[in-house]
Amino acid sequence: MIKTDVLIIGAGPTGLFCAHQLGIIGLTCEIVDNLDKAGGQCIELYPDKPIYDIPAIPECTGEELTNNLLKQIKPFNINFHLNQRVEELKKVGNRWHIRTNGNKEFDVASVIIAGGVGSFEPRKFPVKECEKFEGNSLFYSVKDKTIFKDKTISIFGGGDSALDWAIELSNTSKVNLIHRRDGFSGAESSVQKVKELNDQGKINLYTKYQMEAVSGENNIDTVKIKHDEGEIKEIKSDYVLGFFGLIMQLGPILDWGLNIDKKKVEVNTENFETNINGIFAIGDICSYPGKLKLILSGFHEGALAARGCFKYAKPDEKLRFEFTTTSKAAQERLGIKSD
Amino acid sequence: MPKITYNTHDNNTHTIDVQNGLTVMEGAIQNDIPGIDADCGGGMSCATCHVYVNDEWLDKLPEKEDGEEDMLDMAFEPKKNSRLSCQLIVSDKLDGLVVNIPSKQG
Repeated sequence: MIKTDVLIIGAGPTGLFCAHQLGIIGLTCEIVDNLDKAGGQCIELYPDKPIYDIPAIPECTGEELTNNLLKQIKPFNINFHLNQRVEELKKVGNRWHIRTNGNKEFDVASVIIAGGVGSFEPRKFPVKECEKFEGNSLFYSVKDKTIFKDKTISIFGGGDSALDWAIELSNTSKVNLIHRRDGFSGAESSVQKVKELNDQGKINLYTKYQMEAVSGENNIDTVKIKHDEGEIKEIKSDYVLGFFGLIMQLGPILDWGLNIDKKKVEVNTENFETNINGIFAIGDICSYPGKLKLILSGFHEGALAARGCFKYAKPDEKLRFEFTTTSKAAQERLGIKSD
Repeated sequence: MPKITYNTHDNNTHTIDVQNGLTVMEGAIQNDIPGIDADCGGGMSCATCHVYVNDEWLDKLPEKEDGEEDMLDMAFEPKKNSRLSCQLIVSDKLDGLVVNIPSKQG
């Protein structure tokens, strides 16, 4: 069990800056995120897209913003727990116990949910029978590529993941690549490579096709694909891979007894606390009258929520308002040497 | 004000006056039409405001930007008449537009 003052759920820009604000006022925290890296939507949805509305930063990409925030919180040596989704929240005395799907356990005075629109999960095939094969012969990510050796793999999708895996697996497997249109969203060089491999007979490319059905006894043996014009093809397949990006799901947070309206957690605007004392929500996931889904709003919400956490973490102390320009304590926490 | 008709997956029809300048997605969200999630808030980054446009309207809509077709690859059951409703800005020209909301967004 990891004991700290605050657990932040979500390592997007809002969660990262909130960690900074906690650090400045002398509280400790740990951060959990379901993705394999920090940055949230900034890194997952638009790492290369410029953002123009961060105060005092005329232009930066999602990746640059994330890297700068990580640099800003470096003095606090915050632990990240990535690839972890929070599952369970339990009140124990005046503390909260949280468990993740990877069985990490935290004992904290308060929790700040900075979960964006929820945790990122792979988008799945619309075809119902796919569920039956998920995890044995149908996957949305590749964990162990050796299982595909000398097998027939049908890959669906037109983005970088689909193209990269089609190219990679074509070395050792028979690969079918199926995409709903002629155009691809992946890198142009990969598209060219896939077309070359198709010409050489190393990949079978099917464009304007989508999955119609999958069948098999315990594992998949056949995939049916349907052309835009209605023609149906049956292709033999040992494995099916689907790469349709990620979707955000609120997940277990829904069951924590929070007031939730339209997938958003209701908070007050004084310190962004929810209807449950000690549980705060900031950033895209919170809702209040006038809420703007901007990164800068998330920063403000995080600053106030951090201060809201103080009385739970240090009930016997009084928080004094200080500026980083003049506060010796804050500067010490930032690791700045005074002369 | 232009009227936009949203056919939801539960076979209900909602015809709403939507102000010029709002998007078809915003018209749905502001009027609590079920089935449009718009997770990213209108940034063409998530494909959860996916709609099917009635055929007679397909050619009358502004053309898709590059990014829209890429995002539609990620949508749940995309078809030829798929659009992201956050990219359809309401104007008098769109008066009478009919969109059909898919069974789910992801």
